[in-house]
Amino acid sequence: MVVQDVVFWILSVMAVCAALGVVLVKDLFRAALLLIVVFMAVAGFFVLLSAEFLAVVQVLIYVGAIAILIIFAVMLTRDVQHGNLPNRLQIPAAVFASLLLAVLVTVAVDTKWDFLPSEQQERAELVQTSSVTTLSGDVLTDSGVTSPDDQAEVQGSGLADLLIGDYVLPFEVVSVLLLAALIGALALVRPDPGTGRG
Amino acid sequence: MSFEAFLIVAAILFCIGLFGALARRNVLVVLMSIELMFNAVNVTLVAMAKYLAPAALQDDISSVLTGQVFAVFIVTVAAAEIALGLGIVFAMYRTNESVDLTEATQLRH
Amino acid sequence: MSCVLGPDNILHDTLLFRVIYDFVGHLLPCWLSYIVAGGVIMMLLVNGVLMGAGLFSWVERRLIGRFHNRIGPNRWGPFGMLQPMADVVKLIFKEDLTPAGADRIVFMIVPVAMLAPVVLMMAVVPFAKDTALANLNVGVLYVLAVTSITSVAIFMAGWASNNRYAMFGASRGVAILISYEVPVVMSLLGVVLVAGSMSMADVVSAQTIPFLLVQPLAFFVFFVGTSAELNRTPFDLAEAESEIIAGYHIEYSGVKFALIQAAEFGAVLTSSAVMVTLFLSGWSGPLSSYLGWVWFLMKIGVLAFVFSWVRATFPRLRIDQLLAFAWKFLLPISIINLFATALEVYFLRDGAGTLDTTDLWIMAGINFGVAFGSLLIFGTLIKEKVRPARPITGVTLSSIEVS
Repeated sequence: MVVQDVVFWILSVMAVCAALGVVLVKDLFRAALLLIVVFMAVAGFFVLLSAEFLAVVQVLIYVGAIAILIIFAVMLTRDVQHGNLPNRLQIPAAVFASLLLAVLVTVAVDTKWDFLPSEQQERAELVQTSSVTTLSGDVLTDSGVTSPDDQAEVQGSGLADLLIGDYVLPFEVVSVLLLAALIGALALVRPDPGTGRG
Repeated sequence: MSFEAFLIVAAILFCIGLFGALARRNVLVVLMSIELMFNAVNVTLVAMAKYLAPAALQDDISSVLTGQVFAVFIVTVAAAEIALGLGIVFAMYRTNESVDLTEATQLRH
Repeated sequence: MSCVLGPDNILHDTLLFRVIYDFVGHLLPCWLSYIVAGGVIMMLLVNGVLMGAGLFSWVERRLIGRFHNRIGPNRWGPFGMLQPMADVVKLIFKEDLTPAGADRIVFMIVPVAMLAPVVLMMAVVPFAKDTALANLNVGVLYVLAVTSITSVAIFMAGWASNNRYAMFGASRGVAILISYEVPVVMSLLGVVLVAGSMSMADVVSAQTIPFLLVQPLAFFVFFVGTSAELNRTPFDLAEAESEIIAGYHIEYSGVKFALIQAAEFGAVLTSSAVMVTLFLSGWSGPLSSYLGWVWFLMKIGVLAFVFSWVRATFPRLRIDQLLAFAWKFLLPISIINLFATALEVYFLRDGAGTLDTTDLWIMAGINFGVAFGSLLIFGTLIKEKVRPARPITGVTLSSIEVS
């Protein structure tokens, strides 16, 4: 447990410093690179929270796609010399953000959270492991889930089953959204047929 | 590595992102700040999925994954958002020759 | 004292880590032995990949020499085998230049960022039974995610060098990486469907017959996509020597250049290892419980030879041909493959959702038909789509804007 604590604190410091860098650094390219550091740290958080699938998806989509697109945009717009200027709202924004931070921290510390009961903890852990892989009956028996009904319940509960079972409507809507975004982005950047400018 | 620690780190990330989105002039930095906020929310959701008991726990053990499902949706929406956002940035750069948000005032008149 | 790794630890399933951890745990306090075991594993990984890259650089130079009907490096050591060592010594003693106006910090990180994905990719590949350094349950996806870091490294190299050619090379390289990522992911989905798992160890044990036979189209797409992502000759536009000198690593010299080269040669080996695991049934073969790693290394050798063969044979493509090839040829056939596989799995699987060997043979038969059909159809179609370059008229050297 100690090691995981140390990893958590290293990741937290990394994430917060890099996030500050994203907002404050003058050079846009470096800001984009620091954003990648934040994404990696968040992927680390996901591993600590036993959501390996999300961690990998985080690296694949955020680092492999979103960060690359942002760097492309930084290079194509070539406004790096101008850099990262503040607008007139800087002081009100800082005040507002720190007030919100105070509120959020108070809520996080003061609320009486409804924690997962400890007898369910191990079961939940198994479900989270089985969310991306099929656990065999032997593994489950070793972990103390012996009755066939319980085993079937743990084996049958996966991220994919939830996605195309209970959450199939949002899933389909999201895929339509992606298609719409694809077409929209293409329409936005298409060269103007009238002027031929691109 | 308690639950509250995750929430606090996520809150800090979110507020940094909020500050960046409100106080910066470059539209790319604003987009990056929005991505920061998305990430903070994802961390919160996954932490809650791990530590907290969902209301449907008694019926269905797989409801402990609900937070992760939401996080998957947020990742997808973030991908769609960045594709459209950058499309708009390029369109704006083409008409304005600049990515400065304070100069994007055509719609005001 | 001895330390025990809790079952909730994510490294619990890693046999090698546990063995080292138990061994060191007798001598050191637990937290220290945790770090030491991790360090030992990292040492093994990094040095294994670097040694392999060195060896492969010699093998490839000899092989290409043979293909070109010349001898290749043969001076130092038996058959010139110590040539990589001589290269490294030479590169270490060269001056390590940083160009004026470069972004120094980013410039320095690039070689490490190039090498890191190559090394990390090796972590999930099982060399023999139960010997993967980390048996992740999302192994296939992990490999894809880790390879996508390379494009960031290429961008960093192009930007930080403050050189126009480096920038050209980087934008070409990233365009290629992004385009070829899509068909590669699509082709792997077919494998994951048949295997029923994303863990590399499960994919190996699911291969009662090699997936090369069950998924020929996926193997083709993955092989082509990977050699494009590795920037090797038919697709090496990002570092075309005769066009943009060396692309994104034009400004690198000395040790940094050595690391980037090592990353490129190592990437061939690690990609071959991934391909062996996913398509050539990994470590399995006769006597595989003892000789698994021998089979594994032999299969890697065969694939690396094919990579060198391709490199020595084909001429370089043009950038628009390259991107058209990815979007108009590889992507459709990978989608066809995924569709066919999904249908076959749906109809052939038994009640528990598994496929036995007969099913796999049936799938192999159907998929070979699908593969030949779609390659034939799309091969004819793409010939009409990719036109030869028009001769450039009316452009003189002075009219090209030099900014």
